[in-house]
Amino acid sequence: MPLLELRDEGLYCAPGGFYIDPWGPVDRAVITHAHPDRARPGSKSYLTSNDGEALLRMRLGPQAVIQAVAYGESLTLGEARVTAYPAGHMLGSAQIRIEHAGEVWVFSGDYKLASDSTCAGWEPAPCDVFVTEATFGLPIFRWPSAGEVRDSIHAWWRANQQAGRASLLFANPLGKAQRLLALIDSALGPIFVHEEIERVNQIYRARGVQLAGARLGDGEKGWAGALVLAPPEAHASAWAKRFGTASTALASGWMRIRGTRRRRSLDRGFVLSDHADWSGLLSAVEASGAESVWVVSGFRGPMVRWLAEHGRRSISVDTRFGEAEP
Amino acid sequence: MKAFAELYAALDETTKTNAKIAALRAYLEKAQPEDAVWAVHFLIGRRPKRLLESRKLAQWAIEEAAVPDWLFGDCYHAVGDFAETIALLLPPAGTSSELPLHYWVQERLLPLREADDDTRRAWLIEAWRSMDERQRFAWNKLITGEFRVGVSQSLVVRAIAEVSGASPEAVAHQLMGEWQPTPSFWRQLAAAPGSAAESDGGLGRPYPFCLAYPLDGEVENLGDIQEWQMEWKWDGIRAQLIRRGGRTFIWSRGEELMTGRFPELEALGALLPEGIAIDGEVMPWRGDAPLPFAQMQRRIGRKVLGARILAEVPVVLVGFDLLEFESQDVRERPLKWRRAQLEAIAPPESALVLSPLVHAGSWDELRQLRQQSRERHVEGFMLKRLNSAYRVGRRRGDWWKWKIEPYSVDAVLIYAQPGNGRRASLFTDYTFGIWEDGRLVPFAKAYSGLSDEEIRQVDAFVRRNTIETFGPVHHVKPELVFELAFEGIQRSSRHRSGIAVRFPRMARWRHDKRPEDADTIETIRALLP
Repeated sequence: MPLLELRDEGLYCAPGGFYIDPWGPVDRAVITHAHPDRARPGSKSYLTSNDGEALLRMRLGPQAVIQAVAYGESLTLGEARVTAYPAGHMLGSAQIRIEHAGEVWVFSGDYKLASDSTCAGWEPAPCDVFVTEATFGLPIFRWPSAGEVRDSIHAWWRANQQAGRASLLFANPLGKAQRLLALIDSALGPIFVHEEIERVNQIYRARGVQLAGARLGDGEKGWAGALVLAPPEAHASAWAKRFGTASTALASGWMRIRGTRRRRSLDRGFVLSDHADWSGLLSAVEASGAESVWVVSGFRGPMVRWLAEHGRRSISVDTRFGEAEP
Repeated sequence: MKAFAELYAALDETTKTNAKIAALRAYLEKAQPEDAVWAVHFLIGRRPKRLLESRKLAQWAIEEAAVPDWLFGDCYHAVGDFAETIALLLPPAGTSSELPLHYWVQERLLPLREADDDTRRAWLIEAWRSMDERQRFAWNKLITGEFRVGVSQSLVVRAIAEVSGASPEAVAHQLMGEWQPTPSFWRQLAAAPGSAAESDGGLGRPYPFCLAYPLDGEVENLGDIQEWQMEWKWDGIRAQLIRRGGRTFIWSRGEELMTGRFPELEALGALLPEGIAIDGEVMPWRGDAPLPFAQMQRRIGRKVLGARILAEVPVVLVGFDLLEFESQDVRERPLKWRRAQLEAIAPPESALVLSPLVHAGSWDELRQLRQQSRERHVEGFMLKRLNSAYRVGRRRGDWWKWKIEPYSVDAVLIYAQPGNGRRASLFTDYTFGIWEDGRLVPFAKAYSGLSDEEIRQVDAFVRRNTIETFGPVHHVKPELVFELAFEGIQRSSRHRSGIAVRFPRMARWRHDKRPEDADTIETIRALLP
């Protein structure tokens, strides 16, 4: 029997009596990670990884009922055995392995295979059915190494320093910003962060992740030459005016496409994603050894067709994951 | 190719004009003349004649990237740019090319046109394999000829002017018309202001066109009406007619030489004195009135002009300015003087129709006359200061266009498809429907008029409300109503609604209207002339 089915509120595991990343309010929600398209308020109880608990709490508020498990630790929910595996997407991100009556399904959430010092690295989880995202499920998406991205950010920052400008770098405040702080050399100059990022930083630091960066407000008048990290929504906001004629950039996998960068009127785009690129997605599918694959977000059509042409049963499932990606 | 690809990336990486000019200048100062001249050639938008079919280019890229055809198509829809899609799909580059731009252009790019397919394929693969990703992108852009990189011709002109010390106007003039991208042309452009015109195919060179801004605010702000010349604003093809060395040249505003397409105007040239340049509007014309512009479109599309179409759609040059007289550049003379000379040289009963001057004693009187615009098949007025010089490019102050209000209708969004370039993977190209017998029939397509934020909202709507798809086209739930503005309206047998409109665009998103409030075919037919 299928271990997951699509219902109005989300993907439901009947033997286990729980939903994974539901978009409607439910009794029991298992959450892969704390991004807003996955962790929505209104459910009676939540289960997530130890590393992700505080981030989920930040999203849901103090009254939410949250249970946490360590990666690799198995839990019985209803008639199903549930285990969280690291997904490498951000701190606390998990793939959910479900086992019932000899069948294993893995719901991988959002994931990346590349290493990231701010979170536990992705681990393959063998299964019969693999449920995957395809946010960047086209072969045009091929990520440069994190080292190359770091070098180009450094070069951009230095050039701005020479021109006496601030460098305003936009990134998802939850995950991407912290990965950048861990990546960038803080010896190059002062780094400031938007308060929304700082709130997340505190949670990361409390879990033992080393991060550079000062709070915003410490800069007084010294913006020229500084690197400022901010959420993408801050672009062209009243808040961003304080930096004067700053050079602007966004760190995102979408920056691989020139049009998406120009549409946002940014000076630079750095190709840095917390999702797997095309070959990463294919490697993850391969490593799962799954007979069939559900593709639940992003470029579902091309991914399904590619997998089918390469001999793997595959279906496209219309979910609400990936809405409001930055 | 290295420096050129870096220039391309630098221009692309900033939204700031000064940074773009600085990048251009830095490149032009360092580049060898044989490279600089090609860079200028491409950056101001000139392109080689079609080198090969894009279908073949795609086929070879698909083979080199080892992806199926359908996946290339899906990638193209996400990227919205052919050259870029190929650059992103090719296997990772392990090297970059040290060969200069002129090598790649002269030895590989231009010979593509004459080469057989095996050679073309071999050259393209050789190029891709020897270039890094940036170079591949620039190279592909050169091949596809869509070399737009967020620099206008005027930016390139300013950068050259800074390098050479000449005035931007002089540089702009030298870059008009036909010139060969030779090192000697670049040396003249970069070194001695104004000398290239004579030596390098300058015989037919046109002048940069003076362009008008739309009038903002009240017409009374222009001051005394006696200081202004008023003309109808003709809706034709802006052109310069040049007569030099016993030859006639007709240039479009896009600097296309159109002489062969208008035999009437070539004949007119023979009646004119030597050393003349007239600015005007090519119009389909019969008797003393213009024909609808749709008639002109019948004629423009044809390669061969038969006797029948020439008889059915004759054209004239509605002349309104004189830029050269007795082989002298007279653009600095006042308009009043130029107009008088133009009147003096106009041959009677010829294909040169002097743009009639409109006389009005007051702005209010002019405002009354403006209401005749539609029946006269004009778009309103051109207002020009009588003592003004003929300026280069779009300038404020001396020339204004005072257009009539556009037509407007309320229509319902029914189809959407992704745009190109900066609009790729966003739904930005819309088809709108109007009501006919209780059904929505497609009426017009529009791409412009919305803010980026509104585009994002419509995009999100399309994704949530798609009923069915036909390739990239999404048929959406008829829910959103927009006010469309357009300039002209014609009967058409080629359109489902039986109506064709000119320059449709979105004037406003009518959040306050429901689809059933949109206009019907009857109300729109009532607008037909």
